[in-house]
Amino acid sequence: MPTTLYWEDVKEGQDLPPLVKKPTTQQLVKYAGASGDFYQIHYDKDFALANKLPGVILHGALKNAFLGQLMTDWIGEHGRLKRLSVQYRGMDVPGDTLTCKGRVTKKYVQEGQHCVDCEIWLENGKGEKTTPGSATVALPTRSGG
Amino acid sequence: MTTPSIEAVAAELQQLVGMESAAASYLVEKGHIRRFAEAIGDPNPLFSDGAAARKGPYGGIIAPPTFLRNCSPGPFSQPIRVPLARNLDGGSDWEYLEPIRPGDTITAVQRFAAVTTRQSRLGTMIIMSRETRYTNQFGKLVAIQRSHGMSY
Repeated sequence: MPTTLYWEDVKEGQDLPPLVKKPTTQQLVKYAGASGDFYQIHYDKDFALANKLPGVILHGALKNAFLGQLMTDWIGEHGRLKRLSVQYRGMDVPGDTLTCKGRVTKKYVQEGQHCVDCEIWLENGKGEKTTPGSATVALPTRSGG
Repeated sequence: MTTPSIEAVAAELQQLVGMESAAASYLVEKGHIRRFAEAIGDPNPLFSDGAAARKGPYGGIIAPPTFLRNCSPGPFSQPIRVPLARNLDGGSDWEYLEPIRPGDTITAVQRFAAVTTRQSRLGTMIIMSRETRYTNQFGKLVAIQRSHGMSY
């Protein structure tokens, strides 16, 4: 596991370590099976084209999962993801290189928890933010709180 | 047969706002958590490596945050039918309250929360909001998901 991330060491405005994902059509099929979402736009090209899509597209929930990983990778096993919010603004396609990014927007203490709010997003290969969102985590403190 | 206007469809759906689904329960299996983590491409030992996870703060494997996408709520007594050809997932807002472990039984109940219309590049869209509450076998609220679907 990565080293523990402590609340004291987080600074407002700092960038989160980016997470790069290269989804394939095979991954979409695996995700369909593992999630139970069998909407055909995610694996049947003819069906997707007939629905005026450019081809098969990623499940929104898979991008949600990528952004979840961005957060759980950053906070490590002692941090806790409290909230994860994503908006699917643009479609993403297999074969593209997607990068999950984030930035700390606020640090605060609430009900005894040491919290951090982040702005997060997923960018496609052209650098377009297709999936903006936000997250809140609770972190351990060096003083043991 | 003529296609009903978006406004007429939205007005009809409006009648169903507030309706709650039946509950549906799921036994969370360790193999399913591992398969889900593999499908999303997340190698975090907390989700797949029992020996490593046992030494961690949860004393064992837990499910990745978005695993609950598997736990679909039960049916509504009156089906929510949208007579429009295209449906898109607009996004989700998750609140996580308790970890999910293998052996847990998760019960999902969904509330049909709101219907609105919006102009977009793709024409007038109907936006339907749903709130799903997930509880475990101890009756503890594990997570709340607020999701938004768009139909046009």
